[in-house]
Amino acid sequence: MTETFQLDGEDVPFAPGQSVLQAALSAGRYIPHLCYHPEFKPHGSCKVCTVKANGRTAASCTLPAQAGLNVESETGEMNDLRRTLVQMLFAEGNHFCPSCEKSGNCTLQALGSDLGVMTAGFRHFYPDRPVDASHPDFLLDFNRCILCELCVRASCEVDNKCVFALSGRGLTKHLIVNAASGKLADTDVALTDKAVSVCPVGVILKKRVGFAVPIGQRRYDQRPISEQALDDAPRPSTASGACAACEGTS
Amino acid sequence: MSKKLKVATTSLAGCFGCHMSLLDIDERLFDLLELIEFDRSPLTDIKHCGPCDVGLVEGGLCNAENVHVLREFRKNCKILVAVGACAVTGGLPAQRNHLSLADCLQEVYVTEISLEHGGIPNDPELPLPLDKVHPLHEVVKVDYFLPGCPPSADTIWKFLTDLLAGRTPSLGPELIRYD
Repeated sequence: MTETFQLDGEDVPFAPGQSVLQAALSAGRYIPHLCYHPEFKPHGSCKVCTVKANGRTAASCTLPAQAGLNVESETGEMNDLRRTLVQMLFAEGNHFCPSCEKSGNCTLQALGSDLGVMTAGFRHFYPDRPVDASHPDFLLDFNRCILCELCVRASCEVDNKCVFALSGRGLTKHLIVNAASGKLADTDVALTDKAVSVCPVGVILKKRVGFAVPIGQRRYDQRPISEQALDDAPRPSTASGACAACEGTS
Repeated sequence: MSKKLKVATTSLAGCFGCHMSLLDIDERLFDLLELIEFDRSPLTDIKHCGPCDVGLVEGGLCNAENVHVLREFRKNCKILVAVGACAVTGGLPAQRNHLSLADCLQEVYVTEISLEHGGIPNDPELPLPLDKVHPLHEVVKVDYFLPGCPPSADTIWKFLTDLLAGRTPSLGPELIRYD
């Protein structure tokens, strides 16, 4: 017999080893999430997928599903928390949506819109983050980085290149390029890499295709993310997670 | 409704795009004008804001006059609304925030060759620029935010009709846009 846990009062079946988020998505139930990607090891850093499990808050992407677990997700309290997290991400970077070519395809934007975020609310940081346009095929606009590590994980787990990494701690944490010069042009990143297609925001941009699809006809212009996220699920993780080159990065 | 609600509008560090979007509600303007009358607004050319029910403020704060006008609005309006990306986030003008103001002025008025004899403007009539561009909520309390560049006519219409009917404005994801 398949074991189940309760999600907002309804039974959700799970396979051994699945997280609460994986099981929910597999069962066609949406839990808002941002840094989770079905093809990579869960990261648990953005906390947007936070749920209340047996009365305690936990990131559902890293919380193992257990029989009898009572999970609350679609509640005012959880969505208030998620809204605040998304607001902080907006305030921390330079997210000028009107001039961003990722607008309409951006997961952060789509989450904000779906959760009803009307303002970042907090004092904007307006950080100084110069772009890296050194590579002939890609532009790196660090202004929009939300430190989700999707590119880091994709480059290490799938591409086996480890082109990207996070460096620093706390407020100074930032995305870096693993090259002596720090420039993307001095890496072996390629158009076919997984890492260049997973950025949920507008950091890693392919050159010369920016507005091929006009604003208004893009992915989240059509339907909100809560209605689309299930299209990508279920897809179990296939990544090995082992990458020797990752050792020593922080 | 026995008495029309008074609405004031202004554009601070904005481009008047949000005002254009307000006008873009088209024939619904006639319905709107049954419910409201405009006080200070570029549409009436009234220069100062009297006591109002709703203040719609477009644009962020990039100079001292913007702050002065915003405070006049806050003082006089029962409900103050930040309309559009610039009012909500600082928007495009705030993209100068990671640069030094002196460097910006130097580049635009002195270094840039197309303005050969310009020099940095220094007329006492000109309001002084702020060191950084700020969204409205960093200076006064803002009651509602309407993101978008500009918020669409449908967004503005839904917001205003909810507000005028006494409901808490409620916008679905299709009306909450940041671009």
